[in-house]
Amino acid sequence: MAAITLIEAVNAAMAYELEHDKDVVLFGEDVGKNGGVFRATDGLQKKYGTDRVIDSPLAESMIAGLAVGMAAQGMKPIAEMQFMGFIFPAVDQIFCHAARMRHRTRGRLTLPMVIRAPYGGGIHAPEHHSESTEALFAHIPGLKVVIPSNPSRAYGLMLAAIRDPDPVIFLEPKRVYRIVKHEVEDNGEEYPLEACFVDREGSDITLISWGAMMHETLQAAEKLAAEGIDAEVIDVATISPIDMDTILESVQKTGRVCIVQEAPKSGSIGSEIAAEIAEKAILSLLAPIGRVSGYDTVMPYYRLEKQYMPTVDRILDEARKIMEYK
Amino acid sequence: MTTTTVASFEIKYHQYLDAQGKPTQELPAFAKDMDKMRKLYRDMALLRAFDAKAYALQRTGKMGTYPASLGQEAIGIGYGDAMTSEDVLIPYYRSTGAMLKHGITMEEILLYWGGDESGSNYSVAKEDFPICVPIANQIIHASGVAKAIQMRGQKRAVATEIGEGGTSEGDFYEGINVAGIWNLGVVFMVNNNQWAISVPTEIQTACETYAQKAIAAGIEGVQVDGNDIIAVKQVAEYAFEKARNGGGPTLIEAITYRLCDHTTADDASRYDDPKVKEEAWKNEPMVRLRKYLEANKAWSDKDEEAMKAEIAKEVDAAVKAYEETPKPGPELMFDHLYAELPELTKPQREAAIKLAEKARGAK
Repeated sequence: MAAITLIEAVNAAMAYELEHDKDVVLFGEDVGKNGGVFRATDGLQKKYGTDRVIDSPLAESMIAGLAVGMAAQGMKPIAEMQFMGFIFPAVDQIFCHAARMRHRTRGRLTLPMVIRAPYGGGIHAPEHHSESTEALFAHIPGLKVVIPSNPSRAYGLMLAAIRDPDPVIFLEPKRVYRIVKHEVEDNGEEYPLEACFVDREGSDITLISWGAMMHETLQAAEKLAAEGIDAEVIDVATISPIDMDTILESVQKTGRVCIVQEAPKSGSIGSEIAAEIAEKAILSLLAPIGRVSGYDTVMPYYRLEKQYMPTVDRILDEARKIMEYK
Repeated sequence: MTTTTVASFEIKYHQYLDAQGKPTQELPAFAKDMDKMRKLYRDMALLRAFDAKAYALQRTGKMGTYPASLGQEAIGIGYGDAMTSEDVLIPYYRSTGAMLKHGITMEEILLYWGGDESGSNYSVAKEDFPICVPIANQIIHASGVAKAIQMRGQKRAVATEIGEGGTSEGDFYEGINVAGIWNLGVVFMVNNNQWAISVPTEIQTACETYAQKAIAAGIEGVQVDGNDIIAVKQVAEYAFEKARNGGGPTLIEAITYRLCDHTTADDASRYDDPKVKEEAWKNEPMVRLRKYLEANKAWSDKDEEAMKAEIAKEVDAAVKAYEETPKPGPELMFDHLYAELPELTKPQREAAIKLAEKARGAK
């Protein structure tokens, strides 16, 4: 067992499946010889050959469409979008075909495929490299959208994504690719999809987040504890389909909720979670639902990105406000 | 200034029968087999009769929007005839001819255009894709399927088809480009029927041919007379053999004319010149083949009459089966969304079923 980063965990999970399942094939721009621009696929081509770890031409729609074709033949493609900001040419293939093939053929053709994409802000990247557009994908029935927040979850959820019989959009919060290391045993054990993780148990308020923002949220929870506020922290992890049961159970216990996300506020996953809570647990609430999110603005270029992204302080302010509500 | 030519290209045009059904060159062996040619004539006649019936069903409110293949029958029947059951078809909405040839039934096709996805749950062609509606996405699917076939070392080809307008899409180039780089066994058929709904070729491209778009992908591109089934089949046979045996992809531009509307929802009289269309009727594929058969004493009015009666029976039987297919229940919206329906969606399924039951009860 070794301590590894989130990106090393992604690599380890893909290597495990390449090793154990001959149908797994990996492709995308720069994923082969270069090992990916973030090194997510580092060393995989050398170990598994150019037949299974393939440098593809530069065309995102093609990358997604090839995955559809290969998966329809029973292969298990893992296709990389170099940055989520470049995924949009592939949206046609993902929405119109990947998400719909099982339904359109009444289950005759199914697509066990994964599309990986690094996403989110905070690394001083060029324009179009920092957005959080996960809600666009979560809105489409037929897709699963998974976001790991730490190394062990990246390993277990990536294994589950590859083995899942349906298309999975696997979004990797690149700001936290290397900020923490976890001891992860490379034993091929997957984590369940469609399951939230309760990362901290508490009784006063439920903090809900996913992806990179889990780190700020957990820090906020520790600070709240010092103030005598006992926060429960939930990592949603699979943002579609969402495990609402775990969230509702927590809300019914604490009566207070704060949702934290990097994405713009309106029409977001945070909006959806808030609506579900309002529909199913409004009578358990002791205070209005609070949300800390990116602004409803264009994701700014990097001189302003720190001001755009939620901080521990913003989470604390919102949580205190929710706690003070009578 | 001294320059050097670093690349040049030419596009070959293939035709065996002219519009009068007269050979323009030595015919391939299959074209001298009159049983075979009679069968191809019948296949085209079946497609034409099926289209007419589908149009009638739409016009009488018994089916939704439908795109016919009138005047273009030689393309789908020609390349469909060059396919084996092991090959994979990735059809678009005007691939009815190839679909019928590849074992997709008339009943399934009617069910599909009748608004039921069950029509894409093919009983025979288990690996074929459902009809691709968004333009040009299918070109990439064909390359993906061919990549899987190549990785598994199988000797099977993949066929896909697109209208000439579709070749303006990025996915068209992305798909043929990767097929060239990876040497994938795909036959890309371009049905050049002169119209993308109302948009003619001069608005679609500055290229002299659509076949030459293959050159920019480093693959072979050829042009055939799409109203000459002998040319379509002969060139397709070559392309499929090549695809099955590691020879890589071929793009075949088949030149024809869309004698029908784009779909039942279109009215081509708004943009099509009736004089041009009248000329195009003289060039259509069935008259030409019939003349060829007659010249070889392989067809008579009596044969025509008998064939039409047989075909009408077959089409009517398919229509009957289509009309007798029960309407799908609301559970089908949910049951093939994922391998397992998400917990969050289960109450929606129950609610939809209850609503349908209530509506049935109210009747």
